[in-house]
Amino acid sequence: MTTNGDLLVIQNLVKHFPIMRGVIFQKQIGAVHAVDDVSFSIKKGETLGLVGESGCGKSTTGRAILQLYRPTSGHVYFQGVDLVQLKGKELRKVRRSMQMIFQDPYASLNPRMTVGEIVGEGLFVHQLSQGQESQDKVDALLEKVGLDPAYANRYPHEFSGGQRQRIGVARALAVNPLLVVCDEPISALDVSIQAQVINLLEDLQGEFGLTYLFIAHDLSMVRHISQRVAVMYLGTIVELTNRDELYLNPLHPYTQALLSAVPVPDARIERKRQRIILTGEVPSPVKPPSGCRFRTRCPLAKQICTDQKPEFREVAPDHFAACHLV
Amino acid sequence: MPELLQVKDLETNFRTNEGIIHAVNGVSFHLKAGETLGIVGESGCGKSVTVMSMLHLIPSPPGKVVAGQALYAGQDLITMKDQEIRHILGAQISIIFQDPMTSFNPVLTIGKQLMEPLEIHQNIDKTSSKERAIRMLEMVGIPNAGERMGDYPHQFSGGMRQRVMIAMALICNPQLLIADEPTTALDVTIQAQIIELVKRLRDELGMSIIWITHDLGIIAGLADRVMVMYGGLVVEEVPVVELYSNPQHPYTIALLSSLPRVDELGHRRLASIDGLPPVLLEKPSSCPFAPRCQFVIERCLSELPPLLPVGLDHTAACWVDPATGKERS
Repeated sequence: MTTNGDLLVIQNLVKHFPIMRGVIFQKQIGAVHAVDDVSFSIKKGETLGLVGESGCGKSTTGRAILQLYRPTSGHVYFQGVDLVQLKGKELRKVRRSMQMIFQDPYASLNPRMTVGEIVGEGLFVHQLSQGQESQDKVDALLEKVGLDPAYANRYPHEFSGGQRQRIGVARALAVNPLLVVCDEPISALDVSIQAQVINLLEDLQGEFGLTYLFIAHDLSMVRHISQRVAVMYLGTIVELTNRDELYLNPLHPYTQALLSAVPVPDARIERKRQRIILTGEVPSPVKPPSGCRFRTRCPLAKQICTDQKPEFREVAPDHFAACHLV
Repeated sequence: MPELLQVKDLETNFRTNEGIIHAVNGVSFHLKAGETLGIVGESGCGKSVTVMSMLHLIPSPPGKVVAGQALYAGQDLITMKDQEIRHILGAQISIIFQDPMTSFNPVLTIGKQLMEPLEIHQNIDKTSSKERAIRMLEMVGIPNAGERMGDYPHQFSGGMRQRVMIAMALICNPQLLIADEPTTALDVTIQAQIIELVKRLRDELGMSIIWITHDLGIIAGLADRVMVMYGGLVVEEVPVVELYSNPQHPYTIALLSSLPRVDELGHRRLASIDGLPPVLLEKPSSCPFAPRCQFVIERCLSELPPLLPVGLDHTAACWVDPATGKERS
């Protein structure tokens, strides 16, 4: 597997969650098709935004990449190594280079550990430093994310949402990762605090050359932080291209509808905008529609969309879309 | 247009273990018939508490409305008995809440819940109230309305549940609809559906709306006038177009420039507001935004600014003119 500048290459990733019936004699009666045949790659130092509505499989994709969920099939190449094949010790070694920042800063920090213990745990687990050295490193990290190192002995409940998210960022950075999966890191925060955390993430990226997979449902923020953006719908990627190309020239009907649904904070512009209002709701991932998964809500759907699954192909240079009609 | 609602110097406290939280500290506003007022602010700024206070929906204790008036059609809602306000709630003033799952009764069919306000407030018989309920469901875009009357809330999806909630709020033809972040829990495509629906119903039924939100985008397409709140106070009141083209309070300015925009070209660094919102353990005696404000002057730290006129129908509670950075004369 050659990497040519790609830090992460995902090929045909599939994750199905089985639906079981019975207590002792269990039998699989179906599956939630959370992620179905997803392929993309991320270059070193790049931020790839992954957007979609709730339940589209964007978080599952992030977790399957980190092997927090073992994929049903497919490959995840990280620096040329297929993580799906790794187990135990070998996997743990690679995990040092891949970290995650979680959505809910209230649930993702252990309430019984001090901030210093939380941030330093990775150093201990991966045996990177000990004793005073580790303490100094934790202090430096806290300072880096804009917290007073004197807070190291406090517990998470003593901090506000934005400060907790900073602790989560410090924890992720402690082990010098290459890739950070940010799973909706700002959606639980207030508007004025969101900008603080986003600026911090951008600064750290510049300083440490980090690569981000930025998962979010907020299209404005994804546009702000990403270089390339992938749009997911019901377990598949429907469109993937450069940030400005996606927002100026969206090709997939779902992307078009999604973008037009985002309100713009400016009354003059907002009142003139034409909206594509989608009818209906996202179908169940237990029994996704045949052919194109978006066809049940697509204003342009034709017969071919029911019969054939659209291929995810390059329709313009560096612009990929899965639609029969483009 | 006549005033439908006139709120004066409303103050609400909450007694907690840490002390008394001054959630709302003298809020005044008015609403004309047929007008849509947006109330914008971050969590804890008192936007919901303001509205819930005047409708007796604050859990008491610990909450208490300690001062103020809310004149609705000439009557003061604050001094009204709970019994009396029940005749108004659901009939003339209705509310849609943020979380449609927890605002329905899970063990009653939605048909029963839709017909309940009609039976209580309008005293009409079952057959015609059932007809009205079905018509209302059709109006908010629920397919097979007749059959779905027998379904329970959990059988609806989030967006559909919010539609049913709107149907329930509007079934008695209220004059005032209060929407407390009704789309926050929904996806953007569903949010767009709900907003379109509310706009259509507003034009058809001619009601007034108070729309509470933290999203400055939603309010742009919906409100006529916007009230920005911070620290339990109104910091700016402004016609919606001017909110974006000519914001006058430093908080509003900072908030707008910290937002990324979906129609933005290129990359700029987001302006962030340093620090944290205030904990309201004391009633503010100086500007609550001063510790985070980039225009702060000495007077801000000692004296609470009142709402000063800064333009046509436009007021801001700030001593400083942000255009010059000097004190307003």
